[in-house]
Amino acid sequence: MNVIDYVFQQLVNAVSLGSLYALIAVGLSLVFGILNLINFAHGDMMMVGAFAALLLESAGVPFPLALLGGVVFGGAAGFVMERAAFRPVRGAPDVTMLLTSLGVTYILENLGILLFSASPRNFPLPVWLGHVYKLAGGRITFTNINLLTLVFSVLAFLFLYWFVTRTGVGLGMRATAEDLVAARLVGVRVNLVVVVAFVLASAFAGLAGLLWAAQVGVAYPLMGFTPMLKSFVAAIIGGFGTIEGALLGGYVLGALEIAIVAFLPPSVSPYRDALVFALLIVLLLFRPGGIINVRREVKL
Amino acid sequence: MRAARLVLFAAAMVAVGLAAPHIGEYPQRVLLVMGIEIIMVVSMALSNGFTGVFSLSHVGFIGLGAYASAILTLPVTAKHAYLRDLPGFLGHVSLGFLPATLIAGALCVVVAFLVGLPLMRLSGHYVTVATLGLLVIVNVVLVNADAFTRGSRTFTGVLPYTDIWWVLGWLAVTWLVCSRVAYSPFGRAMRVSREDLVTAEAVGIDVLPTRMTAFVISAFFCGVAGALYAHYLTSFSPHAFYFPLMIQLLVMLVIGGMASLTGASVGVVVVTILSEVLRNLERGFQLGALHVPPLYGASQVTLGVIFILIMVFRPQGLLGDRELVLVPRSRRSRAAGMPREETEVQA
Repeated sequence: MNVIDYVFQQLVNAVSLGSLYALIAVGLSLVFGILNLINFAHGDMMMVGAFAALLLESAGVPFPLALLGGVVFGGAAGFVMERAAFRPVRGAPDVTMLLTSLGVTYILENLGILLFSASPRNFPLPVWLGHVYKLAGGRITFTNINLLTLVFSVLAFLFLYWFVTRTGVGLGMRATAEDLVAARLVGVRVNLVVVVAFVLASAFAGLAGLLWAAQVGVAYPLMGFTPMLKSFVAAIIGGFGTIEGALLGGYVLGALEIAIVAFLPPSVSPYRDALVFALLIVLLLFRPGGIINVRREVKL
Repeated sequence: MRAARLVLFAAAMVAVGLAAPHIGEYPQRVLLVMGIEIIMVVSMALSNGFTGVFSLSHVGFIGLGAYASAILTLPVTAKHAYLRDLPGFLGHVSLGFLPATLIAGALCVVVAFLVGLPLMRLSGHYVTVATLGLLVIVNVVLVNADAFTRGSRTFTGVLPYTDIWWVLGWLAVTWLVCSRVAYSPFGRAMRVSREDLVTAEAVGIDVLPTRMTAFVISAFFCGVAGALYAHYLTSFSPHAFYFPLMIQLLVMLVIGGMASLTGASVGVVVVTILSEVLRNLERGFQLGALHVPPLYGASQVTLGVIFILIMVFRPQGLLGDRELVLVPRSRRSRAAGMPREETEVQA
């Protein structure tokens, strides 16, 4: 295999992984930007999306509708989560909100285990999705799932861009992220904005969850936690609390992870996650604003 | 007054220790784990609750302590069987429980000092996130350091040294040290820096060393608790010291009240009792004509709901920042206007 083909193959992998991180990170940043809340339960929306799609499909619903179902259920779960857990603690100290989100994770994951059992389930895919494309004489391969991931994430980002720049609620969202109190003073319906942010974030996470499950072939209740943590690093790499930052960070992290595995000696690759989180700590200390340098107070 | 409290405290400990063998095997195991968890949660309260620096890395220290002491106490023959790749000196020695526990604690102190120097400078969310990163790093290292930990495979053959007296002894040490620190002028500096950084600096408090002290002390006791836990479990894998344990300890810490050492201890007791009751209920029960089928996992869900309710209605926890004391303060010291903070704490 020649070097260029190898690099291209890794690039395909990086884009595919990066799209998923970006999808998850956008939701984390959206909610953080508005409420200053680090939502650990965000990853569990991936489980909701994946299992909704899985159950719909095994009930005989056609694949595209099952996908849509996964996204809708993700969004609905976000709605319920906001009303039941996060609205009552809004305005509480940051630590209280953060702990609440840990509590929500604890509930959702155990509920998932209760309903679906902890063991992984096969994620059924139509045959055409597994179709493998071969370029450069079979040296670069990708599947329809990789393509689907890329297309859906780009569509999602375009929709988000349209939403936050062209709709009233979207503008309100940006205003609230700027300053919640001032936004409320000038008549932005903050409650609506927050609900919509949660629904959007969770729908995106639901989409990411079912795409993730489609890529690895299985879904299980704890599937969302590690990707959520990674995406969180992605959001900080890019610039936490901003949509652009989350997108950028997602793809950078995807590329970085693939590069660690592909280009560093094999003895290093098991330490991939440790390297990613070490990078997080270094970033927090030296460039907390991430690549696009969001201004934030992080030091004593 | 202080002497009276100490005597009562010691008497209570001895009473628990003497009573333990007679309450049956299962309750005794529950009691033992509860004691270890109180050590963990009280030391978390000292660093998270009193300084306001909400760190998530304690479970990492617990894991480090567990593996360190397990490796140190493992008999040499067992080392030849399971851990052939241990570097020279570790492979040929086998220490007693106390030195191993102390070394485990000291290792955590060193690690906490090194990572604390940069991390304790961060504020708010950022310290939480960075310490979460530290926990992930510790876990990845435990999983991959095959030569020391057998990787993700189960580490077995650890001798069951932990009994009720070891737990009570370390519990007493933890309580005494943490309460001495928390209710000293130094502890007051911690609380001031938690309430208001600007004020703290204005009155001349050096915030970084204050936070570091709390972090390092709590890392020591987490390491010790990890050692006790390892020699109680006797076989475990790195997963035992990861997010599930972290969330469980946080629930205990928060329900009791993290700005109070007795609060943290009460949290452990309440959550332990609650879990035991719920675990019995989830096996299914008969309520009049209503038959409730077994729902495994329902106990955790219920515990999670209780946790959220606490966050909504009583975010400061059951005790808030008050301490339970066995012997109330004498009237004389109250009249002399002794500040409440100076009160000696004992459960």
